[in-house]
Amino acid sequence: MTTTLANTGLDLATMDRRAVNQTLQEAERGDFTVLNPGGAHALACGLKSPIDVTIKGHAGYYCAGMNQEAAVTVEGNAGTGVAENMMSGTVRVTGDASQSAGATGHGGLLVIEGNTSARCGISMKGIDIVVGGSIGHMSAFMGQAGRLVVLGDAGADLGDSIYEARLYVRGKVASLGADCIEKEMQGEHRAELAELLARAGMDAGADEFRRYGSARKLYHFHIDNIGAY
Amino acid sequence: MCGIVGLYLKTPDLEPELGRLTALMLHEMSSRGPDSAGFAVYGAANGVTKVSTLSRTGATDWKHLEHQLEHVLGADVAVETLSDHAIFSTTGNGQTARNWLIENAPDVSVLAVGSSIELFKGIGDPDAVAERLRLAGRTGTHAVAHTRMATESAVTTEGSHPFSTGADTCLVHNGSLSNHNRLRENLRKRGETFQTENDSEVAAGYLAWRMREGDTIEAAIEGALRDFDGFYTFAIGTRDGFAVVRDPIACKPAVIAETDDWVAMSSEFRAIARLPGVEHAEIWEPEPGRIYSWSHAA
Repeated sequence: MTTTLANTGLDLATMDRRAVNQTLQEAERGDFTVLNPGGAHALACGLKSPIDVTIKGHAGYYCAGMNQEAAVTVEGNAGTGVAENMMSGTVRVTGDASQSAGATGHGGLLVIEGNTSARCGISMKGIDIVVGGSIGHMSAFMGQAGRLVVLGDAGADLGDSIYEARLYVRGKVASLGADCIEKEMQGEHRAELAELLARAGMDAGADEFRRYGSARKLYHFHIDNIGAY
Repeated sequence: MCGIVGLYLKTPDLEPELGRLTALMLHEMSSRGPDSAGFAVYGAANGVTKVSTLSRTGATDWKHLEHQLEHVLGADVAVETLSDHAIFSTTGNGQTARNWLIENAPDVSVLAVGSSIELFKGIGDPDAVAERLRLAGRTGTHAVAHTRMATESAVTTEGSHPFSTGADTCLVHNGSLSNHNRLRENLRKRGETFQTENDSEVAAGYLAWRMREGDTIEAAIEGALRDFDGFYTFAIGTRDGFAVVRDPIACKPAVIAETDDWVAMSSEFRAIARLPGVEHAEIWEPEPGRIYSWSHAA
């Protein structure tokens, strides 16, 4: 497969979805535009190279799942499980995302410019998620590592059974889940939050946020192991 | 897993296209429910009551039933058949017709009764069901449709959605109810008649009961949110309206899109993606436990 630095159009109106994904997965560099996504599932999944992919329209389930290195932008909404299990790279959704955005993600940055529904960042393992709008209930459930930043409000049971993921919410939190508590914002938190907001291109001040995290009563946390998280 | 779709037209211009657009949406949801399908189409009322029925045996003597119903109702009855379905039209009482058929015609399922609803269902590939029962050519104001992957009861034509037990009210369901046996018993005591062991039929019966007691569709759904235990996204059709609700945990997907011309809901966006003007639609995921409704009556 030859790749080119010129922007390559991949049109789902004429191309099979597997052919589109295979082209993206085999590319080592270059810019690609996916046309007519029509809510198709599993678009731009399993990418492993620092390519740039723009999806022109609404994506279905599991868009940009397992992403490594690539920068994927959805110019529209994304369905369930966008950027699930992302390892690195950047995924940006200009509209809303459905349930389980960034689920189990290990790394990289997921930016949702609109809202997400339930279970945003469920079982997050190191991914950073920045949401311009609000998030639904049970978000960051069992979040192990990484940061979740929400410029709007959070739904019920935020951070239930959370481990060491760090949560920053600017708006109202409907309720906190089991073992999730509000924590003091210190200098290091303001600094990491400001850096995340800048990287996500969000116009908000770190002082406007509250921080939430684990009360560490539900799991066997030992301070000597802090370096492992 | 199941697929559900609903299309509610806000402009009469699209009414000739209702069936074709609903068939497009149904096709996209085939992979969510490949074992059976069904649809309800609502059209303008013209003073007669329509009773949508299905032959369990494929050998029902519809003409004979037509004559018997005329006698029972003391009114004119006309029957129109299509495949294993028949629609009786009458100026008589539709509920009397329904009850009589359920008691006296064991080879017939009564799918719906009302002044504007016609309901069809069948097992097999959803596209084949839509083709056989001529969905694409139908006109009307709104429609709901379903593709089924059976979980709570067998793959049978009667177990296919939509379900309707009250006049002009039907629903399609993605999910499963845990307390349907007890609900069914309670509703039977209140006079509801059920024809299957299906959990979704109980949901339809519940709404029919609440609306017979005087509830609006919104109030009936509020009751359902209190009394149903389980997972559900429902799309509900009434004589002149359309509603969508998800359970408070919202495990089952749903997306709604609205333009000046139509409101569409589906399990997934790809069913909506092919509707005309979708590029200008407002698109959102319905919130858990919140009732969304539209009506021509208001």
